[in-house]
Amino acid sequence: MSIQDSVARAQSSLKEQPWRLFASQISVLVRNEVRRNLFSRRRIWVYLLAFLPVLLFIIHNIFSRYHLDSSRIEDDTEVLAGFVQLYYFRLGIFFACMGIFTWLFRGEMVERTLHYQFLVPVRREVLVVGKFLAGAVISIALFEIAVLACFSLTYSRFGAAGSSYVFDGPGLHQLASYLLATPLACIGYGAVFLALSLLFKNPIIPGAMLMGWETITPIFPAWAQRLSVAFYLKHLCPVNLPIEGPLAIFTIVAEPVSPFLAVLGLLCLTVAILVLSCFLIHRLEITYTAE
Amino acid sequence: MTTDARQIVFDNVSKFYGEVLGVNKVNFSLEPGITSLVGPNGSGKTTLMNLLTGLIKPSRGAIYVLGLTPQQPIEFFRQVGYCTQFDSFPPGTNGYDFIYWPLRLHGFGHGQAAKLTNEALERAGMAQVARRRVAGYSKGMRQRIRLAQAIAHHPSVLVLDEPLNGLDPMARSESIALFEAIAKQGMHVIISSHILEEVDRISDRVVLMSSGYVVAEGQIKEVRREVRDHPMQILVRCSNAAKLASAAFELDHVVEAKILNDGRSVLVRTRDAEQFSLLLNKIVSAGLVEVDAVAPADDDVNSIYQYLIGSDGTPT
Repeated sequence: MSIQDSVARAQSSLKEQPWRLFASQISVLVRNEVRRNLFSRRRIWVYLLAFLPVLLFIIHNIFSRYHLDSSRIEDDTEVLAGFVQLYYFRLGIFFACMGIFTWLFRGEMVERTLHYQFLVPVRREVLVVGKFLAGAVISIALFEIAVLACFSLTYSRFGAAGSSYVFDGPGLHQLASYLLATPLACIGYGAVFLALSLLFKNPIIPGAMLMGWETITPIFPAWAQRLSVAFYLKHLCPVNLPIEGPLAIFTIVAEPVSPFLAVLGLLCLTVAILVLSCFLIHRLEITYTAE
Repeated sequence: MTTDARQIVFDNVSKFYGEVLGVNKVNFSLEPGITSLVGPNGSGKTTLMNLLTGLIKPSRGAIYVLGLTPQQPIEFFRQVGYCTQFDSFPPGTNGYDFIYWPLRLHGFGHGQAAKLTNEALERAGMAQVARRRVAGYSKGMRQRIRLAQAIAHHPSVLVLDEPLNGLDPMARSESIALFEAIAKQGMHVIISSHILEEVDRISDRVVLMSSGYVVAEGQIKEVRREVRDHPMQILVRCSNAAKLASAAFELDHVVEAKILNDGRSVLVRTRDAEQFSLLLNKIVSAGLVEVDAVAPADDDVNSIYQYLIGSDGTPT
């Protein structure tokens, strides 16, 4: 069989099974993007964002190893909750997703390589989904490891008391909540930044505006709060932070929702933004000189 | 406009970048074979190619390639390969991966993609350096690896934006042979180039562009007829150039008769080549002048290009 015949045969077999083709294309896109973005020197700052708290926990453990007091487990639980809820969910994951997801398309425009993605037999919607999944894999892998490391370092230094808190107390539930909320934060912010990168040439300013929105939504009515990623994440956090004073206004929950609805709500918000991105990608043209 | 499944059709296509004109009111259809887009920088050649492949969208009109549009990417890009002018590559990629991964996106399995990759590398003469990083390639090698990627999936339409730029004479002649071989298989090869002599030699037809407009299109001889208002140049080598020049001047349709430096050749510019041939026959039969050779001096793309576009790129 000549090479032309085998090409024609392969193409006609794929034509009959488009979903198989889409799945294989998404898998190739994810593999390529992960290879390009996860193991790249350009992404060192994302590693720093993810693992800086881990470093702080390690330093803390080294310096406080002779002053262990099991009664401080509750205090450290609040410290851990503060790191996860205020640092990771509000800053670390936010900025890491900004870097990772805006670069998926806008970065390729800057590097003048996006045309290669547009000149292959891949539907643009498939391209959006493939790139989004790649960004999700990268950010989730980094931040899940980081949160898990912070959690382990928090309780491991207490020895048997720490084990007991984790396995016999509320520890495992808290860990499960953090490990569920972290990927949701990654995909929620990721979807938003992917859409922003398709809407704006420079997503930094809209990113800053989004940061402002995520911070001040607690003072808005309940329906407006639902348009915020932070709103859903708040309902998945297992430990309430004892914030007092004027800042407490930002922790108000106007209309509490169950964790199940919070997960569903965030997934729906993510899907809605991805659908918007699929529309936006069709408007994108290769005009590198305008970048 | 009806579309033929073998043709490439531009149906009243215009593209504006804001208020800047890219191309305007482009109407033509192309049969399989080698078609050259010729025009100065900024004339709209790359815009036309980017429109053809869906990298940009027309502000007006429609484009059909073998009855397909870029809005059907799966069918469309199986038929079309585009070697762009963008000299940029995914960071860290090597020649092999640069061809192999897009083939995987076509849906080919590992074995078939590897086979097609090796075949494309061989055809482009890049097999020996395929495992080296593209960042370390010379300009000519980068050009050839892009060409290899464009042909790897055996497209029916090959679009090449300045494909001979940066190639050494050997690689250039190999590439031209490759284009001709592809065209002989009944495929479309669309080439843009500034190297007019090469385009002239290999093209079945030309599309001449200037300032975003198609100023002429068709086979080189047809295009020549399209511009018959312009005087045609005929070079005559003879025994008595001065006598021939003075006889030619007596004819109304002769615009110019220039004796060249060798003293034996006359370059005649005439609006009526047939009448001039009759005159030449008369002179020869009367034994006034012995004619060694007569040749049209401008029946190539370069002359037509000069007529239509002028040396400064403005249409005459």
